[in-house]
Amino acid sequence: MTRIRPNPRRPYENVAVAVPVSIPYVRYSVESAHWWIARALSELTKRAGIRPADIDGLSVSSFTLSPDTAVGLTQHLGLSPRWLDNIPMGGASGVVALRRAARAVEAGDATIVACVGGDANQVDSFRKLLSSFSRFAQDASYPYGYGGPNGSFALLTDHYMRSFGARREDFGRICVDQRTNALGYPHAIMKKPLTMEDYLGARAIADPIHLFDCVMPCAGSEAFLVTTLDIAKDLGLPHARLASTIERHNAFVDDPIQMRGGWAVDVDELYAMAGMKPDDIDLVETYDDYPVIVMMQFEDLGFCKKGEGPDFVRSHSFTNDGNFPQNTSGGQLSAGQAGAGGGYLGLVEALRQVTHTALSKQVPDARTALVSGFGMINYDRGLCSGAAILEGVAP
Amino acid sequence: MTDPIVRPPKKDPQKVTRPPELPPLQRSRAALAMSAAASRGAFELQCCKACGAWMYPARDACPECLSVDLAWKPAPDGGEVIAETTIRTTVDLYFRQRTPWRVAMVKLDCGPSVVCHLHGDVEVPGRVRMTAQLDKGGNAVIMALPAKRTPNMADDPELRELTASPKHRRVLVTDGRSAVGQAVVEALVNAGAALVFVGIAEPWKPYPGEDRLKAHENVQTFAFDLTDTTSVQDLAGEIGGKTDILINTADHVRPGGILSAPGMITAKDSFDVNVFGLQRLAQAFGPGMVGRGADGTNSAAAFLDVLPVYALANTPDFGIHSATAAARLSMLQCLRSEMRAGGVRVMSVFTGPIEDDWRQPVPPPKVAPGQIAKAVIAALEGGIEDSFVGDVAKDVATRFRQDAKVLERELGA
Repeated sequence: MTRIRPNPRRPYENVAVAVPVSIPYVRYSVESAHWWIARALSELTKRAGIRPADIDGLSVSSFTLSPDTAVGLTQHLGLSPRWLDNIPMGGASGVVALRRAARAVEAGDATIVACVGGDANQVDSFRKLLSSFSRFAQDASYPYGYGGPNGSFALLTDHYMRSFGARREDFGRICVDQRTNALGYPHAIMKKPLTMEDYLGARAIADPIHLFDCVMPCAGSEAFLVTTLDIAKDLGLPHARLASTIERHNAFVDDPIQMRGGWAVDVDELYAMAGMKPDDIDLVETYDDYPVIVMMQFEDLGFCKKGEGPDFVRSHSFTNDGNFPQNTSGGQLSAGQAGAGGGYLGLVEALRQVTHTALSKQVPDARTALVSGFGMINYDRGLCSGAAILEGVAP
Repeated sequence: MTDPIVRPPKKDPQKVTRPPELPPLQRSRAALAMSAAASRGAFELQCCKACGAWMYPARDACPECLSVDLAWKPAPDGGEVIAETTIRTTVDLYFRQRTPWRVAMVKLDCGPSVVCHLHGDVEVPGRVRMTAQLDKGGNAVIMALPAKRTPNMADDPELRELTASPKHRRVLVTDGRSAVGQAVVEALVNAGAALVFVGIAEPWKPYPGEDRLKAHENVQTFAFDLTDTTSVQDLAGEIGGKTDILINTADHVRPGGILSAPGMITAKDSFDVNVFGLQRLAQAFGPGMVGRGADGTNSAAAFLDVLPVYALANTPDFGIHSATAAARLSMLQCLRSEMRAGGVRVMSVFTGPIEDDWRQPVPPPKVAPGQIAKAVIAALEGGIEDSFVGDVAKDVATRFRQDAKVLERELGA
């Protein structure tokens, strides 16, 4: 059989990302996903100075729209896009939405794409969401103790600790620094400082996962616009240039348990396309539903080698004024996880940082950001991974 | 080493009985095949007929070669546990009542990685032996056991959820006059049952084995007539609230088919004991057992029926008897679904012809009462839904699974 070599990807020539919108989260809300998404889109149009009818592309990610999808949402919200996407990729949704929207804009299939991720969180909706998450989870993970994602990540964390000598304190450093960042971000759900003592003393949820290793599910939404550089400029919007992206699903099927994500397959392409090295990145927004996956991203995104995550964490500080600013609005661990909005949180925050419109503490001289997404524990591991590099454009 | 469970104290009547929540019930259709294998005590996984790859979780296509030609086969049960956790918090009502709950990731020797229940005696990392068992909801789950037997292994709380062990439980055996009933009582006493209640029809008439039966300290006999609804209800009124396992060993057997033995009276008698007797038992004892499905160490655990394997296909020399068995099986299927609400298992122990006076003309091999008793204990301790005791029963079961119509011709030849 002929072996087919993958086509080289064309660089992004003319893609602007603008108008970072975060609708403040609440722990529980009676409102629906439609309501949260509408609020984000309304804010998006107001801040962009456009009419809703100017949105001719729409990308939606939400777990709680059912029985609707993006289609039903167009009629519900009175939008008439000529390009429509529905991305059910949880924590990878933001990066994947951006990738697709970017190509739509470059090809002229859409002029202004609104990308939005958000979810409702009514009392007991988390339990209902878990029970129908995926066929493999239904058949082969939830009948076993029903830990949900806590149980799955407990196994991955246990294995990572055994393999690479990571200690709870190492994960604690990530969580504690992110909490410091969250204290400067007005929308963060967590408003109290977190000390290493608090972290280590927290109650066990699913060993070795303890309370502060877990995100707080909540309701909320996040959004941004994708358009061309000239339109962004004409509208007078602070914006970033899209430098590169990657996406991968179900990588490393032969690993008996997840020790790396799909980033490790494509990371060279990510930097090559952007013409950058890891050292050129000013801030990083990792996907942080649990700190172990943050540590894996440091490795798989090229900041250190596989297995060096614990040492990397011990020798860096992750606050906005530290030597490796990371999850600068507190990440999901401290800002909260608004369902699929969690896949947008880092992207929206990165966009604020590189356009110097931060609501959290501004990372000094931030120009480039790497944003990473990870999602969908279909059975035993997260299947979707993606990453993007944004570069702020001087006004 | 597992701590041995101790006999629970007398129940405090003021305390609320723990409601019998069930573990997550929903499964894909493909996954039900694993439950079917586990109901017979087998550990089976899917294997691709095209490329030979083993796979898990249950699929509709092979992840190695995309073939849709998949078969469930007995799988190698060895593996290496590579990670563990202890779940302490969950939103699921069943597991909330049972935390902490140990769970593992096991890399099977045949390839796939499996999330599974983890026996308390397993060291991580280490070798394990995998078993598929039915959970309280009647679905197969996989559990990793120590590679070698450990002391009190069956008392592990997670494993005990997956069995109906008679240890410390109170058991009713319905027919103490028969050799089978007596053998079952004896075996239950030896297996650690706390109390064995034994039903005796027409107790004023002496019967062989009576002295031996009554000599056991933990055995109590009761006047009991399966064909009398009042008698069954009376006994349920007396011991129904503390019957954790019910074992029906009654069987009214007479030779003859439909044309060869035209007696309606005999047929009615057979149905009255074998079919309606089962119904009376279920109606009198079932609701109480369902309500006590999660009532601690001696929760209600199983309703077990010992029935002829000719429930699967008729043997015309005992044609009416076979018909009662078929009706009985159908009743058990109905009851299994109804008792699931309480997490109480309905078990069938299918036997070949038993060595007794009515079956003298039947050629060997025949089943001895002691074999049946052993199979009953094995079914309870192994949590096995369908077991087949004796060579004839195993043979009929194999033929039935291959082709029920061919079996009908063979038995009717």
